[in-house]
Amino acid sequence: MEMFLGYVKAFAIGGLVCMIAQILINKTKMTSARILVMFLLLGVFLELVGVFKYIENFAGAGITIPITGFGSTIVKGAKEGAKIGLFEAVTYGFRNMAGGLTAAIFFGFFFALIFRSHSKKA
Amino acid sequence: MEDKQYMEYVHANAQKSNHIVTLVWAFLVGGIICCIGQGFGDLFKFALPDWEKSKIAALVSMTMIFLGSFLTGLGVYDKLGAKAGGGSIVPITGFANSVVSPAMEFNKEGIVLGMMAKMFVVAGPIIVAGTVSSVVSGLIYWIIGLFN
Amino acid sequence: MKVGKQTYLLDNKVYIQSAYSLAGPYESKGNFRDYFDCVMEDDEWKCKSHEMAEIEMQRFVIGECLAKVNVSPLDCGAIMGGDLINQIVPTSFSARDFHTPFMGLYNACATFGEALSIGSTLVNGDFDKIICCTSSHYATAERQYRYPLELGTQPTPESQWTVTGSGAVLLSKKPGEYPLVKGYTIGRVLDFGLTDPNNMGGAMAPAAANTIITHFKDTGRSPDYYDLIITGDLGRFGRETLHYLCKKEGYVLDNLNDCGSMMYCDKQKAGQGGSGAGCCSLVFASYLYRRLVEKSLKKVLFVPTGAMLSKDSALQGESIPGIAHAVIIEREDFY
Repeated sequence: MEMFLGYVKAFAIGGLVCMIAQILINKTKMTSARILVMFLLLGVFLELVGVFKYIENFAGAGITIPITGFGSTIVKGAKEGAKIGLFEAVTYGFRNMAGGLTAAIFFGFFFALIFRSHSKKA
Repeated sequence: MEDKQYMEYVHANAQKSNHIVTLVWAFLVGGIICCIGQGFGDLFKFALPDWEKSKIAALVSMTMIFLGSFLTGLGVYDKLGAKAGGGSIVPITGFANSVVSPAMEFNKEGIVLGMMAKMFVVAGPIIVAGTVSSVVSGLIYWIIGLFN
Repeated sequence: MKVGKQTYLLDNKVYIQSAYSLAGPYESKGNFRDYFDCVMEDDEWKCKSHEMAEIEMQRFVIGECLAKVNVSPLDCGAIMGGDLINQIVPTSFSARDFHTPFMGLYNACATFGEALSIGSTLVNGDFDKIICCTSSHYATAERQYRYPLELGTQPTPESQWTVTGSGAVLLSKKPGEYPLVKGYTIGRVLDFGLTDPNNMGGAMAPAAANTIITHFKDTGRSPDYYDLIITGDLGRFGRETLHYLCKKEGYVLDNLNDCGSMMYCDKQKAGQGGSGAGCCSLVFASYLYRRLVEKSLKKVLFVPTGAMLSKDSALQGESIPGIAHAVIIEREDFY
């Protein structure tokens, strides 16, 4: 039951985050790159002010699967590194990005070799 | 007719997005993608009990990126995006889509100068913003650490 | 012969001897499906890339347009045309297969109007035959102006669908039972400060209104002189805006229509309609040409419209100027 509730929360909060993005798209005609950057920075901001972990505890994947989660892991890494020293402070954030980036670049390369882009057929 | 008057006419009369339909689509698709992510999280926690939490989270995003890339390759994600808008852009799968789609688009200009060079025409800003904010937040934490 | 400010009526007869149209897969399911000479099953057309497909499309259309009336490319004075891609590559490259002089033109989606105007002037002068040809392709235009094809973006409701297709006409001095180009009004570039690159209909409508009104003022004709006033690719919203703008100036265009908004049927979700340099040439070479030949249309004012923008100009915050050229196409009765 508790697990099921977790999914409901993830669905609701995840859907809500996407809906806010959709409102921005409808109102301002922002392109997808801008939306992604904005939500990444939102995640960074929420993590910096310390709110993110409360939302994460509540919503789980609802906030970590949107790109806001990516922003928060970056700050988490930076926070960890700052305990060690200056060099680690500026590099550990990127270290936390490494998983996602590696996956995106590798799969991007791999799938672009296999697949070709096609015209939309609406 | 003056420029300003004409602009007002266009703003008043141009067709608007159907807010309710697009919002419902964005909500549903975004919610479902997050639930799939939650599902992978639970699965990995169950299968790899001795992994730490941050590693599981990274594995989940990598899996979602794989899914996003694969669906982009199959030509499904752009159709989903046309319906869902923000619902498929904001999840991490949308980030994967924005990396894979230019790579697929530009591989006709060759592997090195086409695909590899132009892979980040859409997603580049995200990586730059992420890296800059990582350095800035690292410095903030380091300076705070100096005073404690 | 110059009439008024911007209008030129041709003294000699310039016949449209032949026309050929090639439509893409999506267009061939639209409203004009019965009018096209040839239809592509898929838009890559067995080429390595969509750009190469567009080159092949133009080459095919020019060749077939000439073959239809048994004219050799060597007999033509020039090929004139353009498209939307950087450095008008498809048109220029398609011309390398013909031993015919070539003149590349660019006026965004109004290129076909420009080609008809210049071509008819040359045929009115010393040239014997001129081919006018434009094309556009959904996939190449998407890459040129917007995003990669597979990127999951949502089309805004104001946006238009770039037509995959190409049309060519042969302008000739040879008398026959053909429609005639009688004259044209060259349009000005007009900018009303619209910056939304999705709403091109709104950006082009003032230019079209200006050209049409100038045409009526110059020639002293009224809108009902024509059976049909047909614009290039304003889309549904642009057509309504044009109607509104002309009405404000005292010209009620009841016989107005738009190639772009007529292109797709309602169940094809193509936003405001078709756009692109190939949109008006495709409709002209298929639907309009057939109706002119059948004499169900006798006097047509053909007004291709274009929005001047590039990806970079939009990002630099520039607004989108529009342009339109009006070409008078008529049938003569006494044949």
